[in-house]
Amino acid sequence: MAAVSGLVRRPLRQVTVRDAINQGMDEELERDEKVFLLGEEVAQYDGAYKVSRGLWKKYGDKRIIDTPISEMGFAGIAVGAAMAGLRPICEFMTFNFSMQAIDQVINSAAKTYYMSGGLQSVPIVFRGPNGASAGVAAQHSQCFAAWYGHCPGLKVVSPWNSEDAKGLIKSAIRDNNPVVVLENELMYGVPFEFPPEAQSKDFLVPIGKAKIERQGTHITVVSHSRPVGHCLEAAAVLSKEGVECEVINMRTIRPMDMETIEASVMKTNHLVTVEGGWPQFGVGAEICARIMEGPAFNFLDAPAVRVTGADVPMPYAKILEDNSIPQVKDIIFAIKKTLNI
Amino acid sequence: MRKMLAAVSRVLSGASQKPASRVLVASRNFANDATFEIKKCDLHRLEEGPPVTTVLTREDGLKYYRMMQTVRRMELKADQLYKQKIIRGFCHLCDGQEACCVGLEAGINPTDHLITAYRAHGFTFTRGLSVREILAELTGRKGGCAKGKGGSMHMYAKNFYGGNGIVGAQVPLGAGIALACKYNGKDEVCLTLYGDGAANQGQIFEAYNMAALWKLPCIFICENNRYGMGTSVERAAASTDYYKRGDFIPGLRVDGMDILCVREATRFAAAYCRSGKGPILMELQTYRYHGHSMSDPGVSYRTREEIQEVRSKSDPIMLLKDRMVNSNLASVEELKEIDVERSLEPGRWRMQ
Repeated sequence: MAAVSGLVRRPLRQVTVRDAINQGMDEELERDEKVFLLGEEVAQYDGAYKVSRGLWKKYGDKRIIDTPISEMGFAGIAVGAAMAGLRPICEFMTFNFSMQAIDQVINSAAKTYYMSGGLQSVPIVFRGPNGASAGVAAQHSQCFAAWYGHCPGLKVVSPWNSEDAKGLIKSAIRDNNPVVVLENELMYGVPFEFPPEAQSKDFLVPIGKAKIERQGTHITVVSHSRPVGHCLEAAAVLSKEGVECEVINMRTIRPMDMETIEASVMKTNHLVTVEGGWPQFGVGAEICARIMEGPAFNFLDAPAVRVTGADVPMPYAKILEDNSIPQVKDIIFAIKKTLNI
Repeated sequence: MRKMLAAVSRVLSGASQKPASRVLVASRNFANDATFEIKKCDLHRLEEGPPVTTVLTREDGLKYYRMMQTVRRMELKADQLYKQKIIRGFCHLCDGQEACCVGLEAGINPTDHLITAYRAHGFTFTRGLSVREILAELTGRKGGCAKGKGGSMHMYAKNFYGGNGIVGAQVPLGAGIALACKYNGKDEVCLTLYGDGAANQGQIFEAYNMAALWKLPCIFICENNRYGMGTSVERAAASTDYYKRGDFIPGLRVDGMDILCVREATRFAAAYCRSGKGPILMELQTYRYHGHSMSDPGVSYRTREEIQEVRSKSDPIMLLKDRMVNSNLASVEELKEIDVERSLEPGRWRMQ
């Protein structure tokens, strides 16, 4: 953090996650003419969720392309364009629709650099909202962090706040590997303070590095995306009871920053993971397995606990939906259970 | 094994000694070129098609002959190596279809782009990789073009994007490469190949739509060898007029056993795309002698008589040879020498 001079006070800007992503894409489009955006409604509609607002007006038809409803087709086209040297940003209106195109993401994009013996790189970004929204029910609420995080050859990032969102989209676009950026629709409208460095056109958040959002001594709480905010809320409540939680924002799903998590667990001796996705074979499951395989296992004073979305297709009724995703009370409960208090 | 590989590639690169009979052959007078009639292509949404005559120079003829024979021999060698379990997994051979890969290459520039599915060894060669690199890859060696990590279906070269294992997935990729061609404004085109089996994949129709909508310089090419694995075209497609399946995209049906027909059609299609009119579709009617892959004997869904008939009447290498000999572009002995040069009978390379 730059030192703040006593004479000049720069007010910290409030920027929504939506605007942060917009800024990040705008800056990268300006910086490199090989970068372009394609997807449904990204151009003339300004984006289904307005994330690409203003970009078509600024860059035109060549760089911001509206596609027909053909996920498999346009994802394949984007991958082909990347193979031929362009740097596409391929938007899925939500990642639920990426399932139509998942073969192109995995078999055409993720595996190619390896299969070609290093000859053919695929510098593509797949981005869009991931996970639960509000009242959109089963087919529109799935979290794909575990599915994409499973595959070698892909990088997978999951921003929480505005700083994450801008820094990660920029890093993703500059990365020569295929990167999946899992945004969150409910976070788009949330404003956060934007530190001065984030306002620079070269501000990048490194892929593969987690951030400790809150220091603590009693327990490590690891999360990604929107639940990070819930973890911080839970930590604030528990702090009043004398329990200090260390909250880690993963930022990257793959490659996972186990070093940061392990160092924290070795300090706090307790671990709770929090995610919006389903429990089986999920992000938390992977963290727990890796903890057991590494040095931190011997520092655990209690078994690690996962807080996840409920193991059901997302229901519609609000009361059911609210109880199908991790709430602050669920996180507090898991922490207290782990700490045996 | 290493010695065999070295010997094989030496032979195939034509480094063998030339016997005395060559001197006699060189002193004979050949024609510099000859004009041939080629089959008229069936057209879809096109007023005019490729020309029905073409000029073949002696030099080009010998080049095409040598290339086709190399592909043929390379594929037959791969067959042998597979049966010896030195090549593993999937191995899809293209013997019989040589006029397609050599003819397409003859109709485009090295700066154009090409992508195909898994029956890719021929294209890997015509796009510029050596037989050595290809066989080394097939046998899992680090000297292979993908360092042994790719295998038969994942070989890449400059402006050649493989080698793709998922049926049909390469077609949107090809349209994307064409998008990059248009984006970069360099007048390059992308040849996007798929088979008669893949032609029924939904993503191909998505690619047709976007390519036409955005006028991408994409030549969609259906290599119709009559069978998608064990399923004949009649059993797979409600319409077997593959050159019309692009609907709003103009198309032509080409004799894929005649290398000159393929070359002219490709030149025509490439010119169409380069002029900015958008995509075009070519159906190449061809035939594969082998089964779908080395696991398929290839005779449970078609008769040996059918295979033999194609071999004796329509073999692409034989067709070119007859043309060249009958119009004095080359002599029988000269072409036989190329055959021998490219041959891989064990006795031959043991002498090297």
